[in-house]
Amino acid sequence: MTVKLTALSAVGSLVWGTLLAGMRVSPVPLMRGFGTAYVNIVRNIPLTVIILFSSLGLADVFGMTLGAEDFKIQGFRLAVLGLSAYTAAFVCEAIRSGINTVPMGQAEAARAIGLSFTQTLTLIVLPQAFRSVIGPLANVLIALTKNTTVAAAIGVAEAAYLMKTMIENEAQTLLIGAVFAFGFVVLTLPTGLILGWLSKRLAVKR
Amino acid sequence: MSSVLYDTPGPRAKRRNVLFSVVFFVLLALLLWWVWQKMDDKDQLTSALWKPFTESEAWTTYLLPGLENTLKAAALSMVIALPLGAVFGIARLSDHRWVRAVSGTVVEFFRSIPVLLLMLFANEFYARSTDVTSEDRPLYAVVTGLVLYNASVLAEVVRAGILSLPKGQTEAAYAIGLRKGQTMSSILLPQAVTAMLPAIVSQLVVIVKDTALGGVMLGFPELLNSRGTLAANYANVIPSFIVVAIMFIVLNFILTSFASWLERYLRRSKRSTGAVLGVDKVDDLNAAEVGGGFGSGASA
Repeated sequence: MTVKLTALSAVGSLVWGTLLAGMRVSPVPLMRGFGTAYVNIVRNIPLTVIILFSSLGLADVFGMTLGAEDFKIQGFRLAVLGLSAYTAAFVCEAIRSGINTVPMGQAEAARAIGLSFTQTLTLIVLPQAFRSVIGPLANVLIALTKNTTVAAAIGVAEAAYLMKTMIENEAQTLLIGAVFAFGFVVLTLPTGLILGWLSKRLAVKR
Repeated sequence: MSSVLYDTPGPRAKRRNVLFSVVFFVLLALLLWWVWQKMDDKDQLTSALWKPFTESEAWTTYLLPGLENTLKAAALSMVIALPLGAVFGIARLSDHRWVRAVSGTVVEFFRSIPVLLLMLFANEFYARSTDVTSEDRPLYAVVTGLVLYNASVLAEVVRAGILSLPKGQTEAAYAIGLRKGQTMSSILLPQAVTAMLPAIVSQLVVIVKDTALGGVMLGFPELLNSRGTLAANYANVIPSFIVVAIMFIVLNFILTSFASWLERYLRRSKRSTGAVLGVDKVDDLNAAEVGGGFGSGASA
């Protein structure tokens, strides 16, 4: 469950975060303003508030069930939504810093051969930016893996929820705690190592 | 703002940008209108639901005590985590291999575990093995979880802070005959602390946000938790969420702005060595491995 939650939210936040980053560097002031406001607001709210709001607010009051019949599936989808919205702000910041690392000459050359803003961004700058932000994005991914535990607050049966129920029912607190802790180390450590290696390999050599 | 990504707009591009602005504005307005309509549909805009926030009772009984608890837990965690983090951070730079290895393992271990698991575990531990009263337990558990996690993040901050100082500082200290301990305490640490300040302040934001976890999972009466009681009392789920979110945003925005101001101020001031750990650094350190002990070189 933790892995599924992480994977889906990662994809969601990557797409939304890239769009936001695009908005933040775009020539349209309103879009820039929206991107900046979104990032600043979302980054400063605890994830717990967002997740809880998506459950209590969106689902219970507004009746947004996201097409799920069963309460569990609904909780899961809402958790993915909340996690994506939250993580997107961090993805956006990472990509924006990546865009800043692409040498000016690249964008200038692109403009010189007459590419438009969208073309410059999607064909020239973003492909290079992505390769340089694999490291920071890996950090975001690891943080996301850890953040999925927050979904336990709305009853999604991921690691923290299972641990809480197990600890309450069984006697061996220490052992259960250690197993779950170890599980997370196993999840995050290889992610960090593999992506760290990847980021070095794919880094644009300059 | 001038950007290299696009040309200075000419007449046609200006018209196009205005068009985009209008389209985007309309979309945004539609979205907001739709949210507004939805809220109206569900009667979330009636003044009865918002009225409690204009009276002092909602604030004095629910929100302010909640805020106080949030701040209390955050401050306590910070105060305990800082020295611990300093010790572990320095230990990771030790000349003795086993000291490095032990502290490194501890730091990396606690950094790769979610805070929530630490809190849950601490809560259960206190419940079973100690005689902390059940009233105090949530606070203890929240603080323990936060301390364990943040001490290890701060350890990395301290380590990065010390490593960010120019090497000449250490060399000069050795040259005038200071010992390792003296070098650390009278040359490196004082400078590193200044360099670390922005990073420490922005770590405070993370701590404040994480206290909310304790409210939901352990029943610690902090801001988010008291929102629940408030909403149960006045039956205003959405307004209470919005008010609490705004409180968090304002609080954290003040902290972030202060951290960035501090960063700029320290970069400008002439007295330091110019080594400053930026605010962005913290985001990287809060994730586990990458850029940390195993040195992928992603950060720095």
